[in-house]
Amino acid sequence: MKPFRILIRLGAALGLACGGSAHAALNVFACEPEWAALASAIGGDKASVYTATTAYQDPHRIEARPSLIARARSADLLVCTGAELEIGWLPVILADAGNRAIQTGQPGQFLAADYVTLLEKPAVLDRSAGDVHAAGNPHIQTDPRNFTRIGAALAARMAALDPPEAAHYRARWADFASRWDAAIARWEGQAAPLKGVPVVVQHNAFPYLERWLGLKRVAVLEAKPGVAPSLGQLAEVKARLAATPARMVLRAAYQPPRPSAWIADQAGLAQVVLPFTVGGDAQSGDLFGLFDSTVSKLLAGLR
Amino acid sequence: MYRPALLATALAAAFPAYANSDLDALRAELKDMKAAYEARIQALEARLQQTEARSTPAQTAAAAEPSAQPATARRGFNPDVSLILQGKYAHLDNRDERFVSGFAGAGEHGHGGSKRGFSVDGSELVLSASVDPYFRGYLNAVLDDGEVEVEEAWFQTSSLGRGLSVKGGRYKSGIGYQNEQHPHAWDFATNNLMYEVLFGEGYVQDGLQLKWLAPTDTFLELGAELGNGNAFPATNNGNNGANSVALFGHVGGDVGASNSWRAGLSWLSARPRGRAFESHDINDVEVAGDFSGKSRTWLADFVWKWAPNGNPTQQNFKFAAEYFQRKESGNLACDDADPGNPSLCTGGLAAPFSADQTGFYTQAVYQFMPQWRVGYRYDRLLRGDVAFNGSDAGNTFETLADYDPRRHSLMVDYSPSEFSRLRLQYSRDKAQQGVDENQFYVQYIMSLGSHGAHKF
Repeated sequence: MKPFRILIRLGAALGLACGGSAHAALNVFACEPEWAALASAIGGDKASVYTATTAYQDPHRIEARPSLIARARSADLLVCTGAELEIGWLPVILADAGNRAIQTGQPGQFLAADYVTLLEKPAVLDRSAGDVHAAGNPHIQTDPRNFTRIGAALAARMAALDPPEAAHYRARWADFASRWDAAIARWEGQAAPLKGVPVVVQHNAFPYLERWLGLKRVAVLEAKPGVAPSLGQLAEVKARLAATPARMVLRAAYQPPRPSAWIADQAGLAQVVLPFTVGGDAQSGDLFGLFDSTVSKLLAGLR
Repeated sequence: MYRPALLATALAAAFPAYANSDLDALRAELKDMKAAYEARIQALEARLQQTEARSTPAQTAAAAEPSAQPATARRGFNPDVSLILQGKYAHLDNRDERFVSGFAGAGEHGHGGSKRGFSVDGSELVLSASVDPYFRGYLNAVLDDGEVEVEEAWFQTSSLGRGLSVKGGRYKSGIGYQNEQHPHAWDFATNNLMYEVLFGEGYVQDGLQLKWLAPTDTFLELGAELGNGNAFPATNNGNNGANSVALFGHVGGDVGASNSWRAGLSWLSARPRGRAFESHDINDVEVAGDFSGKSRTWLADFVWKWAPNGNPTQQNFKFAAEYFQRKESGNLACDDADPGNPSLCTGGLAAPFSADQTGFYTQAVYQFMPQWRVGYRYDRLLRGDVAFNGSDAGNTFETLADYDPRRHSLMVDYSPSEFSRLRLQYSRDKAQQGVDENQFYVQYIMSLGSHGAHKF
């Protein structure tokens, strides 16, 4: 029994050491950089935000690294996409973090996909179709209008979790939302020439972006989501493009360049590498930069 | 204090109607919902008309209702189910017996890969789900010819908070690194020699585990386990209380975006009583007996993973090494396994036995392009001092001869998707004294069903 006693004492000592600095900032664990940016925009200096992944990582495939478990341990609020995007790693983090606040169903768990209407719900769920998501396509951060709804809900959630600072969160959100609405109008104006432009995408990562700007997706390089396309499949896409030509091929910063480069070369398309999330290129330092960059890169693809 | 806060949060989540922009968002959401429902109602009406055209109204109602619900709606209440199919083809020499020389090992239980030709390994059926807001449950049953073995069946708390969690039932012990992994998650087709002699496959026991995660940015986890000791090197002594105690600690972190690591130290203590001992004497006559005494094992483990920018999909590298020291002391009783075939133990021999042994494995696995990995593993055991009846145990038992077993393994595997893997492995096996065997394995691992998240 002795080791137990030592363990408990050690735990108590560390608990006291850390309890002293309680009620500092709202600790936010964001699964993806876009939610980290949103939480920071709302929280300002009242929120301490940790980002679990970067724009150069595939959010479907993340190692459940010890560092992520350690960071989830002290989080007051977990902000993730949901819709099964993080299903390959988040469950391990939640199980091992020993943090009641962020478990499923707790107010400390905020899933952005719960606040928007998901596109492309599969009619048939079968693995032979590749890595399909039962809830619908989870890449919701490519439409800025989604942030308006998600941000409103997140601001309310942060205010509820940290009542003394509720006014702070609400004020910051109101300020952000008005600037965001103006920016959306600006982006839509800039992106007007993109309406109806036919595009090819590498991974089916942009249905929300396509819907927002009126892009027309004519082909997906990955025949099955999450499975790298073979040369045969690429050749098939090329044949299809001969009949229905496209202007450009889109891929996210984290995706391998080769399939896009091949089809761009073969079918004479412009290659557009979109930041996909905050940090995906030099310009995408925050959410405004993310869409400034996305729109300007798409427009450059037209030339 | 806590309840009103909770209530407020729930209300806030349900009605995010503070600022004007919130109202706008709510309106937009309502509008979208309305549009979605209208579309759905139209679809339903169309379907209703179709069905009505060919069936009675009573059937129509039954057919239309379930399809109105999305396919995922009920999934949340069902446990996640997955099934792992695994099997192999092994090209091995024809040997009467296979054992690891110099070690009183866990014996037959191991996944040592001793079957020649084609064979199906146990199929793992895994069920897991949240029990309620306070617990989650997990079952791993291995289906084999004529038997179902419960490999793991446990509950774990999910609501204790403060980094604490309690696991109870039958579970894979948290000691070491590979111990918690099931065979389908191994990087090689066969177990390493270290785990083979220490535990057979891995240390599993019925009991309780307490884990605590420190509130630090660097990963620091401490754990303690009490168990009934129903697996080698312990024995279930049929008494109240614990027959086996394990303590472990793990630390880990990242170095930049591309590197991550974890290191650990573990201790396992048991007091086996009448633990079966099967061997040969030096004249190759079978003896049987049992060991009673104490067994202490230390394990040190280290894992390092690399992936460019932390994105393992294209390329990644994994290095793992574990080291152990096991000390056992007590009494070994032995006798003839077959009374008609007298051995050195004839008439029953009980004498002091002690062992002080070490060993390690070290492995590297490199994914050089998507779907393809190569790996190399080196296993080596140091037999150390093993004494029986006042002299070296190798003077009495052939299986405890003074010999340091080792094995080299080379593998290449191909994973068409996250759910399937095919593997080719070559091993140069010198685990048994006087044997130098070339072994070839072709293995498949298929997982069906829910998306199992793997540990680091």
